[in-house]
Amino acid sequence: MYKLLLSGRYLRTRFIALASIISVTLGVATMIVVNSVMSGFSTQMKDRIHGILSDIVVESISTDGEPDPAGEMARIQSLIGEHVVAMTPTVEIYGLLTFEHAGEHFHRPVTIIGIDPEGKNAVSPMSSYLQTRQTGERSLDEPLDWELTTAAEQHRARFLELERFKVEAMLQSAGPDAGHIEDPFAPTGTVAAPEVAAPPSDAPLQGRVYIGASLVSFPFTDSNGETQIWSMVDPGTDVSLSTLKAGTPEICRFPVTVVDVFQSGMSEYDSQIVFCNLEALQAMRGMMVQAPGSLAAAQSSPDLTGSTTLDWRDGSFTSIQIKLTDYANAPIVMDILRRELDPRKFQIRTWEQKQGPLLEAVAVESAILNVLLFLIIAVAGFGILAIFYMIVVEKTRDIGILKALGASSQGVMSIFLSYGLSLGVVGSGAGVVLGLTIVYYINEIEDGISALTGQKVFDETIYYFKEIPTSVSPWMVLSVAGGAIAIAVLASVLPARRAARLHPVQALRYE
Amino acid sequence: MLETIPFRMSTRQTHIAAVAVSKAYSKGEHSVPVLRGVDASVGRGEFLSIVGQSGSGKSTLLHVLGLLDAPNSGEVRLQGKRIDDLPAKTRDELRNRLFGFVFQFYHLLPELTLLENVLTPLMIRHSAWDYWKQRYDFRDQAMQMIETVGLGHRLKHRPSELSGGEMQRAAIARSLVGRPEILLADEPTGNLDAYTSREITDLLKKLNDEQQLTIILVTHDESVARLGHRIVRLSEGRCQFLEEAA
Repeated sequence: MYKLLLSGRYLRTRFIALASIISVTLGVATMIVVNSVMSGFSTQMKDRIHGILSDIVVESISTDGEPDPAGEMARIQSLIGEHVVAMTPTVEIYGLLTFEHAGEHFHRPVTIIGIDPEGKNAVSPMSSYLQTRQTGERSLDEPLDWELTTAAEQHRARFLELERFKVEAMLQSAGPDAGHIEDPFAPTGTVAAPEVAAPPSDAPLQGRVYIGASLVSFPFTDSNGETQIWSMVDPGTDVSLSTLKAGTPEICRFPVTVVDVFQSGMSEYDSQIVFCNLEALQAMRGMMVQAPGSLAAAQSSPDLTGSTTLDWRDGSFTSIQIKLTDYANAPIVMDILRRELDPRKFQIRTWEQKQGPLLEAVAVESAILNVLLFLIIAVAGFGILAIFYMIVVEKTRDIGILKALGASSQGVMSIFLSYGLSLGVVGSGAGVVLGLTIVYYINEIEDGISALTGQKVFDETIYYFKEIPTSVSPWMVLSVAGGAIAIAVLASVLPARRAARLHPVQALRYE
Repeated sequence: MLETIPFRMSTRQTHIAAVAVSKAYSKGEHSVPVLRGVDASVGRGEFLSIVGQSGSGKSTLLHVLGLLDAPNSGEVRLQGKRIDDLPAKTRDELRNRLFGFVFQFYHLLPELTLLENVLTPLMIRHSAWDYWKQRYDFRDQAMQMIETVGLGHRLKHRPSELSGGEMQRAAIARSLVGRPEILLADEPTGNLDAYTSREITDLLKKLNDEQQLTIILVTHDESVARLGHRIVRLSEGRCQFLEEAA
């Protein structure tokens, strides 16, 4: 009882010791904030990566792909059907995106992914990344397709009008005309290169794409200091894609209509990926096994009337994306697939393995930060150690008295151990409260600091997050607080042992 | 009221005794002998005074008797049984239950109130849970003891807010709250003026008379020493002689 009474009383009367735990408090608070923000970032990032990649990806080794996607999917279904929620074939290939804006041609290296939109949405939900769904033009629940919205159709009509005008102007004069930049109707006019004569029909082309936002737009700061996004290509316009044909090392180039713009928030994806309709990409690359005529279509102007004649089941695929009922079963599924599928044809990876380096980098970064921050708390531990030593010296006489009154050495030791424990509890408790408060108000704090310094601390143009993402795991909070308390107790062990070993007579003589 | 009849020694049962106790402190390489074979015994209910000059070893003898210090040779016997070689835990417990200590510099704990200081021996004796269950009994016990020493109006005061005499009375209350059999007082009046000394010695005398408390009092003040039934005179670590107090 006296141990509790005394350690409680010391806690209340020794303010110097309280000063020593401020470092514990700050260390704990910082660790909680940093961990919450980092895990918020990585959770968001994983969500976004996962929005593009499915749980498991079966990729063909060859960029030419493998034929019969429906057959392979049926085979996979028969192997691991119980674990599968959805599957979809895709064609992934490097390519070049070309568009025109303000009289300039822009070229961007891209990854073209041919998808069946509904199938793709089933394995990795991406509908929420599409601009038409984000702005509420189309509902989130509406199935994904390659149709233009009314606004996009109107934009397309204006775009085509301008194109025809340009073709006419070009026919009339040989030199290029820069006057069209000021055209008020088409601030974002773009087109395939003029030598690929633009088609005169208003209907969208056979090739349709969702295009990564960063490919065709850039952030800028307007006169009010606000960040705006300048978009160079809007849905409804035509752009041109170039890529490798299957089988031969030849380049094919084909115009496509932008149906939508997607923004996942993963800059790597937003600045690299163009989703194309699978059957069109297959046709252009000459992957249509049963439609050899499409090879010719790829070389000349593409078919302009819908795509009803094409079916991706007739073409080859380069990967099959699989969504599992439970991602925890991934190792089992991977084992089965690796055993059963021809390793010379297919490579099987989880989305985490595909994004291994990035996730690894985040994990390493967060581990190092944790070690560094924990060292801060360890430094605080040495502060406690020093101050406790002083307190033991100061309390030498009291220790003698307690021993004279019959307190055992263990009893005296536990006074100081429980003193250390209570300092740790108070310090890390305050740290947890402070840390969680900061996490809770982090965006307000960020606004405050930005306003105070005039410098944007968290620039959304870089991160594409409107707010700083945070995620607090109770387990993390508990282990940080527990670690800090353990350090405080450990730091008090040495002084407590010294106190316990004091000889009562010498302690009593101490004046 | 003083019973100073000769032969009284023989009528008393020996309560605690030091038998050929030697004690030396080592200072650096040198060993400084403090006690050189001291024999002293005190009967149950007896008031024994130990006098001697500074450095004569009287405080050390008291510490050895009270198990605060271990003798280099010799024994401390409680009712004939050796107690100085008991395990540390048992000695701690004996210190708590058998002895009450009063020191020259009061030695109250500065963080605690008077009441809490007085309660300390009981807190040490009982586990937190036992103490919590009986806290009202203990509180009453302590209050009663504080009333006995006349400090009922000072319960919530810190030692720094008490006068020297009050602190010493508080220390006596603390030493007695655990109902010890033997009170060991080391120069209890050494730091007090004559009038306050008188109060303290009267209090000790009263406790000895009324409660038959065995008291061993160390002092260098002859007038205080004369309050005891017997006086042991120490000089250079040896007993000079025993005398019956007047």
